[in-house]
Amino acid sequence: MELKTPLYDCHEALKGKIVPFAGYLLPVQYETGVITEHMAVRTKAGLFDVSHMGEVIFTGPDALKNVQHLMTNDFADMVAGDVRYSPMCNDKGGVVDDLIVYCIKENTSYMAVVNAANRHKDVEWMKKNLIGDVKLDDISDNVGQIALQGPKSAEILAKLADQKDIPTKYYSFVKTGKVAGIDCLISKTGYTGEDGYEFYCSKDTACELWNKLLEAGKEFGLIPCGLGARDTLRLEAGMPLYGHEMNDEITPKQTGLGMFVKMDKEEFIGKEAMEKMGTPKVKRIGLKILGRGIARENFPVYSGDKLIGHTTSGTHCPYLGGAYAMAIVEKEDAPLGATLQVEIRGKKVDAEVVKVQFYKRG
Amino acid sequence: MKNPSELLYTESHEWVKEMEDGTVKIGLTDYAQHSLGDLVFINLPEVDDEVESGEAFSDVESVKAVSDVISPVTGKVIAINEELLDHPELVNEAPYDAWFVQIGEVSDKEELLSVSAYEEIVAKEEA
Repeated sequence: MELKTPLYDCHEALKGKIVPFAGYLLPVQYETGVITEHMAVRTKAGLFDVSHMGEVIFTGPDALKNVQHLMTNDFADMVAGDVRYSPMCNDKGGVVDDLIVYCIKENTSYMAVVNAANRHKDVEWMKKNLIGDVKLDDISDNVGQIALQGPKSAEILAKLADQKDIPTKYYSFVKTGKVAGIDCLISKTGYTGEDGYEFYCSKDTACELWNKLLEAGKEFGLIPCGLGARDTLRLEAGMPLYGHEMNDEITPKQTGLGMFVKMDKEEFIGKEAMEKMGTPKVKRIGLKILGRGIARENFPVYSGDKLIGHTTSGTHCPYLGGAYAMAIVEKEDAPLGATLQVEIRGKKVDAEVVKVQFYKRG
Repeated sequence: MKNPSELLYTESHEWVKEMEDGTVKIGLTDYAQHSLGDLVFINLPEVDDEVESGEAFSDVESVKAVSDVISPVTGKVIAINEELLDHPELVNEAPYDAWFVQIGEVSDKEELLSVSAYEEIVAKEEA
């Protein structure tokens, strides 16, 4: 049985095409369609329901110690209001989940935002590995989360919030802000490759916040966007997605996330395994499909006759206007600029190795 | 959008236009394009390819998914709508103008539906 997010009624009212996703009923698109929604985020602004994401709070004297132990990035120098991305690994170095960590109070309070599909697995894993004096609370069911993304986001938010409540630095947040009079945490983050904000509020005020944002954004071309555009936007921006570019078997280093693994940190789960493995022989690459067709997930990638790996995600990228894919392949066979072949339903199609960040905002 | 009454239809949501010379043009219905969402890629057969009734002759990709287009007739491809290769969105914009292929030497044909029979099927699928 799928759960409804606090915004379910809003999606129905807006005639969203509802599908089950990660245990929730969410709109895959509205009547505007994926391409229009995608383009709105690149050129104006889009509004997303991301309430399915999970929120877990660490509190207590050993909160920092636990975050450091569970995750691969280094959080020691974070101050209240900072946000940091990190993989969380198992003993073998495989990725349990990737998440973003909010420093609420130095040393004693942190919030981790996790993928909906992994929430229960994550909480179980965290609980099993807690050390010292710390309390873990999964507050996901009480939180509504909305993402406002696109170049017009700042102008839209400025209509509804005091300047002091609006975070200015990318990957920072204001804990107790107000948007249209509604209490929320305001974070300058997102998953689209654009400027934008994410709002965390009580589930009871989520609908009101959603409607106020839509209304304020109307004059700027803001439209509601579904999961379809969320996926094409993140892919076009070269952002990895759990279950595609990473999973329990793939280490962060094998999927191009080595910069978020701080091997000089004293200890963390998975460090020993990754030390033993050394430098991986595979890497995540970007592919621009040169021939006709669209590479999807798990299509074989060849260099000549040699099978060197598989695609992990792929789609038609509406803004760039072409088919792109990410793949994990043997490193030595896939230098930047090389021409590889992707097998698209029985046919080998040429693809060029390009930087994985296909789209970069100007 | 209104489904034209001069066309015939299939249960798998293709439309068929029977030409005076005995050839047929095949396309996707409005219901099909709406269910698929924005089309971004269309694969068409080549002229002179054989098509068989009940078999896929083309595939269309929306942003998220791939679907087959099934031929309701057996015959030979005599023309393809090349414009669709570069502009798959034409199927979304005007599904009844955006023919995929024209088939000649038609030797077999599945039982096709009138517009009213087709609309009953759509109504059931939507329910």
